[in-house]
Formats: sequence, C-alpha cells, structure tokens
Amino acid sequence: MLRAANLTQERIVLVLALVLTAGFAISLPGFLTPENLLALVRSVSVLGVLGIAMALVVIGRGIDLSLVAVMAVSLAWTLNLLANGMPLGIALLLGLGFCLLSGLITGFLVAYVEIPAIFATLAMGTFIYGFGRYFLITLDVVYLPDAARSIVWIGSGAFMGIPVPVLIFAGVCLLGALFLRYVKSGRFIRAIGDNPLAARIAGIPVRPVIVMQYALSGLIGFVAGLVTATSVASMNIRVANSTFVYDVILVVVLGGIGLSGGKGGVRNVIVGTLLIGVLINGMTIMDIQYTVQNVIKSLILLAAIVADTIINPRDEQTAQQGDI
Amino acid sequence: MKGIKALLAVVAAMSISTMAMAQGIDDPARAGHYAAFKGKRVVFVPIAMGFDLTEGWAAGIRSALEPLGVKFEIRDPNWNTDAGAQAITSLIAEKPDAIVVHNPDVQSYARLLKRAEEAGIYVIQVNMRSSYSTDGFAGADYVGMGERIANRLIDKCSPANGGNGKIAIMQGVLTAAASAYQMKGLDNVLSKHPEMKIVSNQAADWDATKARSIMATVLQQHPDLCGGVGFWDVMDVGTGAAIRESGKKVHWITQGGGNQAACDNLNKDVYSEVVSYDVPAQARDIADIIQSLFQNKPKPGATKTTLFSPLTFITKDNMKPGACWTLETKK
Repeated sequence: MLRAANLTQERIVLVLALVLTAGFAISLPGFLTPENLLALVRSVSVLGVLGIAMALVVIGRGIDLSLVAVMAVSLAWTLNLLANGMPLGIALLLGLGFCLLSGLITGFLVAYVEIPAIFATLAMGTFIYGFGRYFLITLDVVYLPDAARSIVWIGSGAFMGIPVPVLIFAGVCLLGALFLRYVKSGRFIRAIGDNPLAARIAGIPVRPVIVMQYALSGLIGFVAGLVTATSVASMNIRVANSTFVYDVILVVVLGGIGLSGGKGGVRNVIVGTLLIGVLINGMTIMDIQYTVQNVIKSLILLAAIVADTIINPRDEQTAQQGDI
Repeated sequence: MKGIKALLAVVAAMSISTMAMAQGIDDPARAGHYAAFKGKRVVFVPIAMGFDLTEGWAAGIRSALEPLGVKFEIRDPNWNTDAGAQAITSLIAEKPDAIVVHNPDVQSYARLLKRAEEAGIYVIQVNMRSSYSTDGFAGADYVGMGERIANRLIDKCSPANGGNGKIAIMQGVLTAAASAYQMKGLDNVLSKHPEMKIVSNQAADWDATKARSIMATVLQQHPDLCGGVGFWDVMDVGTGAAIRESGKKVHWITQGGGNQAACDNLNKDVYSEVVSYDVPAQARDIADIIQSLFQNKPKPGATKTTLFSPLTFITKDNMKPGACWTLETKK
C-alpha cells in the first residue's frame, strides 16, 4: 500500500520539511515572510553547495571526507596570499589550483592505488589541514584583506533582492543536475556507482572518471569556500576539524542518496538541505539553546531514517554490495 | 694647617667614594634571583595554538622567561579537550616546574589541575578559570565584565535612554568560563532591569559562520534590535556581517584580546565596541606570577593569586594609535 504511494526517502523528508514549515508558519509569526525564507535558504546555501559536491562523489560510490579541509585551507591560503600583496586574480587561481590538485591526488589514490575512498579522503583531509596550517598560513583565522573588496558581493551581495549565496546554490544545483543527466562523464558516474565492474566491461574509463569525481568535488568546494569567506569576511580553518563534513554527508544521505552509490540526484540534496534549514531557522527563532537544537536535529533525522527503513525495508533485491 | 688637613681628608674621602662608584656595588638580590630560575621548565597547555590569544600569551611568556634561563615549551591539543587532558596527565608524570593552562571549560581539567599541584607542580590558569582555583590566575574578571557590558547596553538601549530595550546575546561554548561567568555578570545587572528584553540568547560555538546565520535569523524576527553582546571578536565578525547586510543599526559590543584585527574591524564598523583584556599585559601577569612563585617557593597549591586584567572599552571614537597589538611586534 505504502509502496504503491511510492514513498521514497526523498519524499518522506520532503513531507517532513513541509510539515515542519507549516507548523512553524502557524506557530511562529514572521516565519513565513519572504525575507525570513530567503534568510533560511541563505543560511544553508554553503551546506547545500558542499552537499552537491559530496553527492557527485557518493553517487559514484565514493565519499569525500577531505571536502571541508580542502575548502577551508584553499580559501585561507588565497586570503593569506592576498594580504601579502598578491593580485586578486592570481591568488584566486592559485587557490583553485590547490583544490584541483588535492582532488586529483585524492582521486589518484582512490582510482589507481585502490585505497578505499573513506580512508584515502580521511587521510587526505588530515594531511591537507596539517600541510596548510603549517606551511601556508600562520593563524587559524585569516581575515579578508582590503584587496578582496571587489569579491565581497559573492557572500554578502544580493541580486534583485535575492542573496547571491542563494543564487550560487541554485546555479550549482542546476549545473550539477545538467551534468549528471546530459554530460557523458556525468552519466558514467552513475553507471560506475551502480556497478563498477559492469561499467568497466561496458568500456567506461572507470579510473579516470573516479579521478574526475574528486577533482570536481574540490572545485565545488572552492566555490563554497568563496561564499563562506566573503560572507563572514574571514576564513577559519578550524572548520576542517569540526563535524561540518558529517553535516554535509547527512544532507546527502538524508535526502535519499544511498552511500552504496548509483542512486539519487541533485533533488535529494535540495530536499535534505531544506529540511535542515527549516529546522535550524525555526529553532533559532524560538531561541532554543544550541545544545538542545543539536539533540532535536538528530532526533528528527533519526526519525526520517527509521521511517525510511520501515517503509522501504532492505532485502536481497535492494541491498547492494559495498553498502555502508 | 688644620684647614689643609681637613681639605685633604675630604679629597681623600671623595676619591675613595668615586673609586667605589667606578667599581659599582653588587645588587644583593641579583644572584639569588637568577639562581631561582636556573634549569626551570614551564609548559603551556592552551586550547589550541594558531589564534591571536594563545599566540600572544606564548610569545609574551617566552620573551619574559627565556632570558632568565627558563625553558618554555608548548603542548598544543588543537581544540581537543581529551588531548589537552592527556597532555596534562603526562606532564604530571614529567614534573615540569610550572604548567600554564588555558581551560576549554570550567570542568574538564579541574581534577587534573589539583593532581598536578599535589605532584609538586605550580599551576597557573590563564583567562578562563576552571572550577578549581590554583596557584595563579591571570585573566579577565568575566563576572565583572558581564556587569559592565550590561550597564553599557542599558546606557545605549534602555527605554529611559531612548532605546527599546531589545538586546541579543551571542555566546561561545556554553560551558566555557568566558560564557558561563559572563552570563552570571550580565544576569546580575539585567535582572534588575525588567525594561531590558533579551530577545535571543544563543551559542555560536566560537564560529563566525554560525554567528552570522543566527544573527540573520534574529534580525528577521526583531528588525528593531537595539544592541547586544558577543563573547569573542573573531566569532563576532560573522555577527557583524549579518548586521551590516541587514542595513540595520545595532549597537554590538564584542570582546577579545585586543588584537589589531579587532581595531581594524571597529574602523570598518563591523561592531561598535570592543572590550579588550589586553593579551600582552596578561602574558606579563602570567610571567610575573611564575617569577614570584619560583623565588618565594611556596608549596604548590598553598597560595592563590588572582590577577584580573584591566579592561578597556575601545570604540571607533576613543581609539588611539597602539590601542591594539599585533603579533609581529610581540614575537
């Protein structure tokens, strides 16, 4: 009966988000104003952008635990270079290059050295943080120097009343969706995630596509970093040591992209991100303490996952090898 | 004749005294002073290195103690409380002469610090005190600071002074001394002023990004927010960004070690006031407590010295050159 209604996890989460929205809209005056809704999406736009990066990797049956470290260190380095007098364009290119290089190395480790993604990226994340902290920047927090005035709009500007970070989130979603659907290598990612061996037999260049996956994730990470740094006028590389990367994975998994790969798309990330956004926004308006917020957040997430397990139980057909 | 003799005597006496001046007299306390520091070892356990406060303290303590022959080391737990506790545990076994501790919260290290003192190590706490008092503490009086900030907010925002009484509080980590003690101070004053309304009291985990989104949401709900206080200038860069984006005028008071970045941000109108507890002066206080302990040699734990840092309320208008410090000049 429930199956007939086609209640996938994505829909469960969407319904949950809508129910919460309705609840907050009734109980909290000022929740449903356009300004608050924009602020809501804006506050999770970086999470969403990183979610798309993570989704691309997860759909290809990988995971990228180094994503946040890459984002933080590359931007902190860029800001540091700028503060030391390097022209804006070159500093940005070097930061972007750093992300690309880190992604390529991670991809190489996963695809050619054949280290499981979870270990390769965990090690790379720690390495990138340590390397950046020791060789590239002197203090944990790097402030946005005056030389970067011309890019402040990325994080704090608005276009036709819509904050630029929201537009960037939308743009990255659109590009991600188009890439997965219409670009050959995008479709390969899904094929590899579904069944790498079959993909190889079918003639798909599996290893290069895996490397590309991580390079893409690094590039999107740079975009997310740019939004973060310009919206709070600083970059704190301590975020690399925080649980932020798990929030990103949560958004992806919550939206219904299975960690076993091959399933889901951009829509799932959007739904997962919005649920988190609605939750945080509503609880902040109610002035609930941060620690209590975390408890409520985890309980609702658990509820979503339990609901999915009950409605869509795993069996021999749906379970895949390599499922975490 | 008698006059000549007397004159000669005077000349002789003068020449002897000038000879003595030329040779100098030894400072009687000097040798003992230096002997007190010979071969001593001081270890600093911060929450993490790599930010203005801890780098400033380390540089200041080092420059005060190393010339005396004290060996100064740093154990960096990098924001990990367990690693910090482990560092202190292993220090209790190593027995350095003094440990300088920067507590992540009021509970975690309390018992370890007591054990360190029992093991014969002097323990000096910096800026954030644990629930256990040790030989020395140098840092801000957070309760008093909270009271002064509350009064300042009343000056700016109370309906009696033309405001609407709506204020917000942006804490760091709830259990950190800077948050817990300061809330007490704020409450001491604000509880007597029912016209002041705290519309939001949230912890942003010392993180600018979280502070930014919290403040953005709060301003949506309370566009007429009059003022507020944040517990760290580095985090409040995010709060300030949200306020500036909203185009509202909010009197935001933040606080920190008085690093140059804070003064720069005042100039850029990121926040309205910075309460500075002057890190270089705190470093000097820590070094002074250590010097006093090493010279007087009380039994560890027998004496308790508290040195509260003088606070300066810096605004864009009263800011003088040199009101803030840079790490480069302290290294």
